Amino acid sequence: MIEINNLTKIFHTPHQDIMALEEVDLSVNRGEIFGIIGLSGAGKSTLIRCINMLEKPTRGTIVVDGQDINSLNQRELRLARQKIGMIFQQFNLLSSRTVFDNVMFPLEIAQTPLPQARQRVEELLELVGITDKARVYPDQLSGGQKQRVGIARALANDPKLLLSDEATSALDPETTRSILKLLKDINQQLDLTILLITHDMNVIKQVCDRVAVINESRIVEVGDVISIFSNPSTPTSQSFINAIVHKDAPEEYISTLIGKHQDRYSCLVRVSFIGASAGQPVISAMIKQHDVDANILYGNIDRVKDVPFGHLTLELIGDQAAVDLSMGFLRSRGLEVEVIS
Amino acid sequence: MITTGIAAAVNALMGISMGTDLAWVWEMVLQATWETLYMVVISTGLSYVFGLPLGVILVTTEEGHILESKGFNRLLGSFVNAVRSIPFIIFLILVIPLTRLVVGTPIGTVASMVPLTLAAIPFVARMVETSLKEIDWGLIEAALSMGANAWQVITKVLLPEARASIVLGVAITTINLVGYSAMAGIVGGGGLGTLAYYYGYQRYEDLVMWVTVIVLIAFVQCVQMAGDKWAAKITNQRR
Ligand SMILES: Nc1ncnc2c1ncn2[C@@H]1O[C@H](COP(=O)(O)OP(=O)(O)O)[C@@H](O)[C@H]1O
Ligand SMILES: [Mg+2]
Repeated sequence: MIEINNLTKIFHTPHQDIMALEEVDLSVNRGEIFGIIGLSGAGKSTLIRCINMLEKPTRGTIVVDGQDINSLNQRELRLARQKIGMIFQQFNLLSSRTVFDNVMFPLEIAQTPLPQARQRVEELLELVGITDKARVYPDQLSGGQKQRVGIARALANDPKLLLSDEATSALDPETTRSILKLLKDINQQLDLTILLITHDMNVIKQVCDRVAVINESRIVEVGDVISIFSNPSTPTSQSFINAIVHKDAPEEYISTLIGKHQDRYSCLVRVSFIGASAGQPVISAMIKQHDVDANILYGNIDRVKDVPFGHLTLELIGDQAAVDLSMGFLRSRGLEVEVIS
Repeated sequence: MITTGIAAAVNALMGISMGTDLAWVWEMVLQATWETLYMVVISTGLSYVFGLPLGVILVTTEEGHILESKGFNRLLGSFVNAVRSIPFIIFLILVIPLTRLVVGTPIGTVASMVPLTLAAIPFVARMVETSLKEIDWGLIEAALSMGANAWQVITKVLLPEARASIVLGVAITTINLVGYSAMAGIVGGGGLGTLAYYYGYQRYEDLVMWVTVIVLIAFVQCVQMAGDKWAAKITNQRR
């Protein structure tokens, strides 16, 4: 759906040139929800704004749905933009128009005949669940409701692609979840490709199929959300994931345990599990089959895009041989085992 | 100050000794008020016909805006500033040849509307510019992201979003033109200015002078109040 090649964007300011994007390559598949995560100032907004030419790239090509966006003339670009919806952190609704007329706005721009446009607005309000607010002005809406209007507006001209620039960053966690659920629903119902940017790994975790990590103007990692979660390969990704996934018991607590069982051999391990194995009684099977005791120090289970995903910190106590065997047993069941001490 | 003015007016009204015929004063004042109203309202209207588009152009041709044209913007800005820097009393004299050309005479209410309108246009342009700049750039970008062209951004985003602020600008412009019209009145423009000048200044008729002042105060208050009310109505409707 989107093919970005060698995209570089330099902002020229009176004092200095700012390299906001440096040789970015990215490819987003049709129908997927693709997330881009990065710290503030990393270049996320610049990247997403280049896709609909709100920023003109300094170098590089951007192909959206087979169309080289940068080579279009003014008129062609306007037509292309009608097919690329966009939602914003600050919603950007027109305060001079009611909810109904805000959703009508893009249809007016596309010069859709009035009866057709009205019917379309009704459908959209229904889709995002704010039919009862049609005659209300945006100032009277909550943040979540405003973003629903924003989404309805972005979908008005049947776009194939939806760009989301921190659309949930101004919302509380509860509202964020409901908006993300809405995005997921429309992604499936309308077969819509969604490219969203965020600084919050929770957002990526809840809806994205794939994710790119951007750091200091460069994409440093791209992959399936699950694999990045289970195996982040760059420090940037690791810190994003550590911010929301608590892998271990607090360090002070662990240090008090080390050397506690001096009479017996013990080993502190971290077990990570993804997917189906999370549902199986693996630990109790291990205890039954091998002559070890397992002391559960810390446990955590989460969901990444509907796949269970968790960590367990265990203290294995027994003969060294039995402990080694039981670790082998866990590995054989598809778990990842890491010895802490 | 207002109260002393009223007191003086009442004193003057009582002072029949001055030999003033009250009915006659009222007739004069009414006639002059009507002329001022007519001059000011039409000049305000005409100045917006030209000043509003000019303000829109000033904003939209700025660097980074939807119709960016740096050189043109600078030229237009300098021109507007140049006209605004001429004191109105000098401007009045300066445009006499033009007034003569357009109206046929530089004297009278219709003739006054030429300098009034011309002087107000750059003022209006700057007011409109200020109003439009209050709009969050995000709204313009949202419209652009939907594929809006410049005309659609102007008519569907800029002007509607700035409506309350523009209405307040109309009130301020009208009030300014009341002041300008009085100056025009002194050089024969008609209206309250002429009345105050002939009867108040040249003949020392206090009564006419003070009634004129009171009418002007009342008029300006009404305009400001109407402007505030209208703007508040626009804003409240959205809440
Ligand atoms: N219009 C602009 N002019 C100059 N610098 C800009 C402009 N927009 C963004 N930048 C700079 O580019 C960098 C990336 O910004 P941005 O894409 O907004 O980051 P993010 O959205 O990830 O927070 C920042 O250093 C920012 O200051
Ligand atoms: Mg940003």
